Amino acid sequence: MTQPVLSVQDLTVEFVTRRGTLRALDKVSFDIARGEVLGVVGESGAGKSVTGSAIIGLIDPPGRIAGGEVVLSGERVDHLPPEQMRRVRGKRIGMIFQDPLTSLNPLYRVGEQLIETIQTHTDLNAADARKRAIALLDEVGIPAPDRRIDGYPHEFSGGMRQRVVIALALCAEPEFIIADEPTTALDVSVQAQIIALIKRLCKERGTSVMLVTHDMGVIAETADRVAVMYAGRVAEIGPVREVIKQPLHPYTQGLMGAIPSIEGDASRLVQIPGAMPRLSSIPKGCAFNPRCSKVFDRCRVDRPELIDVGGHQVACHLYDKAQAPAGKTEIAA
Amino acid sequence: MLAYILRSLMQGLVVMLAVAFIAFSMFRFVGDPVVNMLGQEATLQDRAELTQRLGLNDPVPLQFARFVADAARGDFGISYRQGRKVSALILERLPATVELAVLSAIFAFVTGIAFGVYAAIRRDGWIANLVMSVSLIGVSLPTFLIGIGLIYVFAVELRWLPSFGRGDTVQIGWWSTGLLTTSGLKSLVMPVLTLGFLQLTLVMRLVRSEMLEVMRADFIRFARARGIPERRIEFRHALRNTMIPVITIAGVQLGGVIAFAIVTETVFQWPGLGALFVNAVQFVDVPVMSAYLLFVAFVFVLTSLLVDIVYVALDPRLRGGVLVPVK
Repeated sequence: MTQPVLSVQDLTVEFVTRRGTLRALDKVSFDIARGEVLGVVGESGAGKSVTGSAIIGLIDPPGRIAGGEVVLSGERVDHLPPEQMRRVRGKRIGMIFQDPLTSLNPLYRVGEQLIETIQTHTDLNAADARKRAIALLDEVGIPAPDRRIDGYPHEFSGGMRQRVVIALALCAEPEFIIADEPTTALDVSVQAQIIALIKRLCKERGTSVMLVTHDMGVIAETADRVAVMYAGRVAEIGPVREVIKQPLHPYTQGLMGAIPSIEGDASRLVQIPGAMPRLSSIPKGCAFNPRCSKVFDRCRVDRPELIDVGGHQVACHLYDKAQAPAGKTEIAA
Repeated sequence: MLAYILRSLMQGLVVMLAVAFIAFSMFRFVGDPVVNMLGQEATLQDRAELTQRLGLNDPVPLQFARFVADAARGDFGISYRQGRKVSALILERLPATVELAVLSAIFAFVTGIAFGVYAAIRRDGWIANLVMSVSLIGVSLPTFLIGIGLIYVFAVELRWLPSFGRGDTVQIGWWSTGLLTTSGLKSLVMPVLTLGFLQLTLVMRLVRSEMLEVMRADFIRFARARGIPERRIEFRHALRNTMIPVITIAGVQLGGVIAFAIVTETVFQWPGLGALFVNAVQFVDVPVMSAYLLFVAFVFVLTSLLVDIVYVALDPRLRGGVLVPVK
């Protein structure tokens, strides 16, 4: 197997507060191969964004990486000194944020921000950097880029600004991009365009993507693989088709049941009872056990590890053949 | 852009008119100018004559119009007490106050911004904490106490600096400056520190809190995610955004420094406008008082106009007329 672009092993992030240490990420592991799009889904607070911040080394204090490792193309980056990590950011890992309206500095022309970023990571002179910036704006679909480059962010619409943000993230041709809910703040009509744009650009460049979202539709359309996160842990991870067609974890099953379908004749959407636990009161054993309809004794004691089941991995005792209660070993689809 | 500045100008004009009305009313309510000028023993005929000559028999709106027209030409009448033109008195005192106020403002803003930025960047360092604690003292100490304290230490005990006055001045046209002589410069040190200290601490605390706020903004996070060096983020991306709210307060304060140098001027017997005003109040010298009122209002209007212009220079969102068509 070729080396993954990004390999996250047992990544643990903790926030030290006065009321004790909160564990926002608990031994999260996944790989992303070259050119692959990994979707990361989960409810708010499941740790999706923290995962992105941890990878790029931008967790705000009092948060810190308490364990595990982040390996970028074979090189560990989670313990790099700040100055070296800064050179990795933007150059090797790009990041796209949720809200394009606030991601750009309102006081500088988009061109200044692009050229600044290009010159930070390359040796191009001002004129060449400008040419590169115009080419990038053109590539992300901004009309008349040679004029718009001198515009200020407030002169662009939301969708156009997100295109600029994408251009900024791709400036230095990073091998890996984190897109943290890139369409959440946008109009529904623009969302599809932005997703298609990210997908096309990354395909052309062979860039891997970690696409954080809570929109299963976006994942289904864009991602190659999907990781379902719950309470700071990976509940299930696998090829997108399989996870959607045959979700294994009861939580994933619940998520899939909550998606309205056009053909479906159900008058009510299925919802998962209860709410995700707060970080301060994550239950022992499987974090999902209080809300799970298939809970049994072991779930309340042992934390389930990811195990291979039918082509993807799931962290659920139901699929642990040795331990599961009788009659529940078959795949519960 | 032009419309924006025109609108600021119009607003300033309205403010000036309103203040002019108050200044004008002072003449009518603070004593009788005829009695003030002629004294108790004047004959009725003298009084009637002067009343007529001063135009006090004319309808009030006409008097007000005349007052505004005169003031606009820089004619504020004759001082009751000194018998000289008020405009001449003001021009004579203006250089002392302007030099004191401008130097104080520069001192306050330069050091205030520097310390504020430092305290924001090294938020948890002991120097930042020390600076913040000292600034709290600065905010809570009254100005005159700082002045007296400085005089005690540097004039009485150490005998390094003169305790009062402007020292030697050099006349350049009608402007007398203390900046060109050693004794003039030495005389400026303590008044400038005294007048600037409160502003310094206010500017510093404001810069710090605004900068901390800006450093939490999404675009700062995004700049970090793009690998922009931290120094550049702090001084290019954050500082300029910090300056927008700071400029507002700074503008108002600059006006305040010039206008209300009264306390500092009194403590150091500084021959400026503040001292002139304090004397005028003691002798109910209404023309001087009303001229001072107009002067203060003018300084405020002027600084806020400047602030508006600086705003436009700093914030492209305020520039009317989009540079490139938006689709």
